[in-house]
Amino acid sequence: MVAVAETVRPSPRRRRLPGSGTLAFIGRLFRDKPLGAFGFVICVLFLFAGIFADVLAPYGYNQINPINRLKPPSERFWLGTDNLGRDMLSRCLYGAQLSVIIGLSAAALATVVSVLIGIVSGYLGGKFDMIMQRFVDAWMSFPDLIILIVVVSVVGPGMGPVIVLLGLLYGIGGSRIIRGAVLSVRENAYVHAAQSTGASMPRILWRHILPNVMAPVIVLFTTRVGAVILAESGLAFLGLGVPPPAPTWGGMLSGSGRSYMYMAPWLALAPGLCITIVVYAINVFGDALRDLLDPRMRGSR
Amino acid sequence: MSVPETVLEVRDLKVHFPVMAGALVRKQVGSVKAVDGVSFDVQRGETLGLVGESGCGKSTTGLAILRMIDITSGEVKFEGEDISAYDRSRMRPIRRRMQMVYQDPFGSLNPRMKVSEIVGEPLEVHGLASNRAAYDTRVASLLDMVGLLPDMADRYPHEFSGGQRQRIGIARALALEPSLIICDEPVSALDVSIQAQVVNLFQELQERLGLTYIFIAHDLAVVRHISHRIAVMYLGRIVEIAPRGELYAKPLHPYTQALLAAIPIPDPEVEATRPQQIIIGEVPSAMRPPPGCRFHTRCPRVMDVCKSVDPPMRDMGGGRAVACHLYEA
Repeated sequence: MVAVAETVRPSPRRRRLPGSGTLAFIGRLFRDKPLGAFGFVICVLFLFAGIFADVLAPYGYNQINPINRLKPPSERFWLGTDNLGRDMLSRCLYGAQLSVIIGLSAAALATVVSVLIGIVSGYLGGKFDMIMQRFVDAWMSFPDLIILIVVVSVVGPGMGPVIVLLGLLYGIGGSRIIRGAVLSVRENAYVHAAQSTGASMPRILWRHILPNVMAPVIVLFTTRVGAVILAESGLAFLGLGVPPPAPTWGGMLSGSGRSYMYMAPWLALAPGLCITIVVYAINVFGDALRDLLDPRMRGSR
Repeated sequence: MSVPETVLEVRDLKVHFPVMAGALVRKQVGSVKAVDGVSFDVQRGETLGLVGESGCGKSTTGLAILRMIDITSGEVKFEGEDISAYDRSRMRPIRRRMQMVYQDPFGSLNPRMKVSEIVGEPLEVHGLASNRAAYDTRVASLLDMVGLLPDMADRYPHEFSGGQRQRIGIARALALEPSLIICDEPVSALDVSIQAQVVNLFQELQERLGLTYIFIAHDLAVVRHISHRIAVMYLGRIVEIAPRGELYAKPLHPYTQALLAAIPIPDPEVEATRPQQIIIGEVPSAMRPPPGCRFHTRCPRVMDVCKSVDPPMRDMGGGRAVACHLYEA
């Protein structure tokens, strides 16, 4: 049989892929995606800094020291002090706790909401999609700020409401992006093949649609982390975020950071750099994750 | 219980797609008659070739039989069971016995799944593998059946060539041991050299497993090799159906004649001197098919009657039938 003989050549270039466990995955990350691994390490460092802020911080985050107010960075205060003489390093470390938690959890919530709405709406299509998308339109046509002010004034400010609200705000808007990706993926013949085999809808969504829209899902998540951290600062500025004296990076940036920008630039620089570094790290890590999860990209860099 | 010998009976199958217009109030302004009164039978173990140019409704016919699109009217009897009005849940057990092989070897395999997962998914969906070992054994034997190596099970589709991918698609279709496989132009996207291999594989599997195929293709050269009978479609209708030998030896319908004449002959001298029969013009719109015979606008042998009277399917004996006024008694 000519037909068979031609195709049964095993390819010699094949190297054994490591298993699919978490450790093996991190191994691949470090070997194939050094930049992504760098981002991953930075994220982990900030998480640790936040978790162990109590141990690491040289001062309390609200320890006022009027004699040493607005001191530039020195040996005693590595990142300087603010207008109340509070140590900026300590505040940034405690800020990591709040900002990173808010950033990650609100972005995660937003992504889950986007994926749920986007996948179901995009896959089902038809009337369901029509009605669903009109709700999304209506939601998006409200100014975010109005929704935030109304809800926060009812339930009161705090970390919980901020996470849920930002998660929903970004999540519903982002569902459009996922829906768009689903619309193109669902037309593939492999989706059709699964349907014609009699596969259930949850199975098709989970095994066929979701893995093939992972690229936009991850990009959505990584961009949202930064957006949420910044949005929280806007809320803090209006007194709708996590109430002071709790140190959030956004709050520091928009509060004393802005007022004393010309006299003491380190007040804005320290939290600003923290936000920049975390957002950058999450972005490069997200890009690496996206590539590693795609079997077609394996082995290439 | 004896297995019915007629696997599939299609009677006067119609698939019309509504055409909507209007910005605010949408209403139906017409319909595309993709399939408009198609009837045929498929016997166990045979291959029915379904041929026609793009847009003639051959793929739609295939999809309608699988009940992947709604049937407007008509009857589809699969192994004696009329499935034309079945809903999703009643179709589920039927889906085990009807499978499809797709045209596009790239789009038809999920790039995020390993070959073993692709081939084994139908087993999982229908709960046919009791444990991991049984599953692996079955997948390995399916891969072997289509000429792939067992160690290819751990790879992803992008690591394969077009022909190999098509083999994976065939293995997936075989997983449930279906009685009918609808092949929707399974070789049109492949290189000519690979086409022959894949067609041979189809034939070999048919002999070994007693499979029944509906083989959709847009040219007569490909189906010639594999089909036992061939149905030629034009604009939503079957214009001629005949055993392969007869159809190629003596095509009756002018459209079939034109299609056959379009196959080049691999001899430059014969090719240069043989009479050319070229059909001119475009296929008319399936929204407004011409009155009378649908082919009359392009037919080289058109008569007056063709423009007003729709020719019925006429049995010509010996298993062949043709819809053309030329063959009226």
